[in-house]
Amino acid sequence: MKKFFLALTIYFISINSTYALIEVDITRGNLDPLPIAVSPLHVDIKSVEHEGIKVKELGNNISSIIEKNFKNTGLFNPLKKEAFVQKPDIAHLKPRFEDWRLIKAQALVTGKLLVKDGKLKVEFRLWDLTAAKEMTALAFTTTPSNWRRVAHIISDKIYERLTGEEGYFDTRIIYVSEKGPKSERVKKLAIMDQDGANTKYLTLGNELVLTPRFNPTNQMITYLSYFRNMPRVYLLDIETGRQEVVGNFPGMTFAPRFSPDGKKIIMSFAEDGNSDIYTMDLETRVVERITNHSSIDTSPSFSPDGKYIAFNSDRSGLQQLYVMRSDGSNVKRITFGKGIYGTPVWSPRGDLIAFTKMRKGRFYIGVMRTDGSGERLLTENYYQEAPSWSPNGRVLVFYRETKAGSKGEGFSATLWSIDITGYNERKLMTKTDASDPSWSSLLSK
Amino acid sequence: MTFNKNLKNIFLVVFTTLILSACSTAKKSGDMDGDVYTGKETVKYLASGVPDRVFFATNKSSLTTASRATLRKQATYLRKNKKLNVTIEGHADERGTREYNLALGERRANAAKDYLMTYGISGKRISTISYGKEKPVNPASSTLAWSQNRRSVTVKVN
Repeated sequence: MKKFFLALTIYFISINSTYALIEVDITRGNLDPLPIAVSPLHVDIKSVEHEGIKVKELGNNISSIIEKNFKNTGLFNPLKKEAFVQKPDIAHLKPRFEDWRLIKAQALVTGKLLVKDGKLKVEFRLWDLTAAKEMTALAFTTTPSNWRRVAHIISDKIYERLTGEEGYFDTRIIYVSEKGPKSERVKKLAIMDQDGANTKYLTLGNELVLTPRFNPTNQMITYLSYFRNMPRVYLLDIETGRQEVVGNFPGMTFAPRFSPDGKKIIMSFAEDGNSDIYTMDLETRVVERITNHSSIDTSPSFSPDGKYIAFNSDRSGLQQLYVMRSDGSNVKRITFGKGIYGTPVWSPRGDLIAFTKMRKGRFYIGVMRTDGSGERLLTENYYQEAPSWSPNGRVLVFYRETKAGSKGEGFSATLWSIDITGYNERKLMTKTDASDPSWSSLLSK
Repeated sequence: MTFNKNLKNIFLVVFTTLILSACSTAKKSGDMDGDVYTGKETVKYLASGVPDRVFFATNKSSLTTASRATLRKQATYLRKNKKLNVTIEGHADERGTREYNLALGERRANAAKDYLMTYGISGKRISTISYGKEKPVNPASSTLAWSQNRRSVTVKVN
């Protein structure tokens, strides 16, 4: 795979910390999205052609990606360009605030770019139209092929400035691509940008692969592979393509995740039919057994401070959620509601656990506080499971399967996302059927 | 599936047992006893009269009376064919989370293995693998299909 971290220079043009009048409250479902105008970036006439890049259209293309990102949050309402009142280059210098306010815009994004000497220079400004002030501005230099990432980074900076929260646009999602009839699915590891662009396949489909998860600190993946018909947890470096089996277990290992510092893998190991939770330190290779119980203990997930582990177990008879200290002590059941619970995933903010709930033949994705209180079910469906958090802890991505007919017809698996407020449920476009999504950290952090 | 349903299944099993002892006719609906599949539609045979698979109740890995009878036939067959090794594949239906189903399939495969071992088959001759919900034998989304998919299948490896 292509080297991922391309040199990227970011510097502030100016930091304007004066009070802004506009802000977006993301703690509740936003029924009144902020009207924002994203002006096409002005392409400097000194720009030269660059192989594989449509330089003349670059300004439009970057602004389109920013608009799409904003629209997908449900928090912003990007305005139609036909209504725009100023040329991009002039607006970038100094918008006529009153004219933009006429089209009901409250925020304006302007920018310009130059492609020269094999480099792409971009700068953008975010304007508060109500206060008639510049809110933030940034400039970047990178390689022209990186232009989509530039659009995502600009989106992140604006989201951050307007919501006070870290963005999640310069990120990727790894998932399992699915093809073929339901009883003979061919599954491959696939990766794409969070907006669905740049899909790449990381395995060929020769063996069954399941449940890929990102390392929160780098570009490593852990997943389950049935290579040589031996289901084991693997580690994959998506920059080099190198992969290795994790540990030397005599039976199936599964349900892997990284610790928050990226140094350990936590997973289940099935011995004589019984599944318990283990960790392996990736540096020292030391394996530790965390649970020792005759029930099924699986789907472990660390708290972001690494001190606790959430998991599901059927020790009470049916699948329920538990939290314990990271050494396996002090196990506490946290779900007592009607129904059964699985796949607890600790929010990167630490305050919530996302989960799958099954009740009366329906499947729910929900969130609860880490002691099990405050359960909120966000979405109900015929089948859905496996939530994964956006790095800022505001959005969950998960997968759904549809009910199949008597020959398996009508079956599909798709990725969906939903805001933790329960608003803005959205299907993610993938090139094939898809399941088991995992969201990366911010790439440019 | 749901707690209520499980309660109902337990109730059904108890009910069935009561009737069985009374007049020896079980209350069955088609090819299901409770939610355990009892039909032959998907069954293959290791040899004449030796079915290759046993079926399970939702979220369970306990062996039914019929399953034990099937496994005793497999044990007899394996005792006669001393050089034969097998893999037992454990499977789950699609109505659970993927990871839990992997564990459940493993538990089902081992339930069958353990039973064969109590009938004198060496554990060295039996390997297990779980496919969770990944390899349904019946791709439909129906109660019947799910009952056929909750299974462990004994496969010859040599």
